[in-house]
Amino acid sequence: MAKKSIKIRAKAKGGVVSVKALISHPMETGQRKDKKTGKKIPAHFIQEVSVKANGEEVLLAEWGPAISKNPYLSFKYAGSAGDKIVLGWKDNTGKSDAVEITAK
Amino acid sequence: MQRRTFLKGTLAGSAVAVAAGAGLLSPRSVLAAWPKAAFEAKSPDAAMSSLFGSADNTPSGDIKIKAPDIAENGAVVPVSISTSMAGVESIAIIVPKNGTPLAANFKLGKSAKADVSTRIKMGKTSDVVAVVRAGGKTYTSRKNVKVTIGGCGG
Repeated sequence: MAKKSIKIRAKAKGGVVSVKALISHPMETGQRKDKKTGKKIPAHFIQEVSVKANGEEVLLAEWGPAISKNPYLSFKYAGSAGDKIVLGWKDNTGKSDAVEITAK
Repeated sequence: MQRRTFLKGTLAGSAVAVAAGAGLLSPRSVLAAWPKAAFEAKSPDAAMSSLFGSADNTPSGDIKIKAPDIAENGAVVPVSISTSMAGVESIAIIVPKNGTPLAANFKLGKSAKADVSTRIKMGKTSDVVAVVRAGGKTYTSRKNVKVTIGGCGG
């Protein structure tokens, strides 16, 4: 994968932290055919995205291939500025990436 | 690495549960594996049964789905789901007309709010079904999205 596959922002307001993340990933369904060879392009998609805040699991997203290419994810949790947020993903080929940020 | 520590925690959690007699029904162990069968299910009911053990669901007006009425490009359909219900355990997105209807299942931790957004692919015009699991029950809400260019295959 590219060096940084995850772009993430976390903003705290009134005891709620909004997390927005963009992951660059092909999210290949395994149903598309290569136009030149006529062969199917193998499936390659993110299966799991886990988000932890200060070490505690806040969200575990299980995804199928029906999530769009370069997935976008946003959610909210009860927290505050300064929370250490770790977001990591894992795809069906065993690749993974993770990033840590601090909520603002 | 994160995944590994998470797994370890899960194993420890379920070991405690076994000791307590709760066995494999502990919610922690349910979190452990990607639900392959649910994502490969060909119908919304099969996907729900696979995820929750039953396809029983109650339509609810408390679930809000934010999605476009008409999606020009089915490959990228923004969907937001939120609910005011208490004790929400998970939120799933199902597109009945897709080959494999289950698009995503978000499992919420204790502090997470029941408000998630993502972007999904839709093969053709279909309802988008939000499935909210709260207090051991399944609630659903749906919204029709017209797709002018399909996002599967292609």
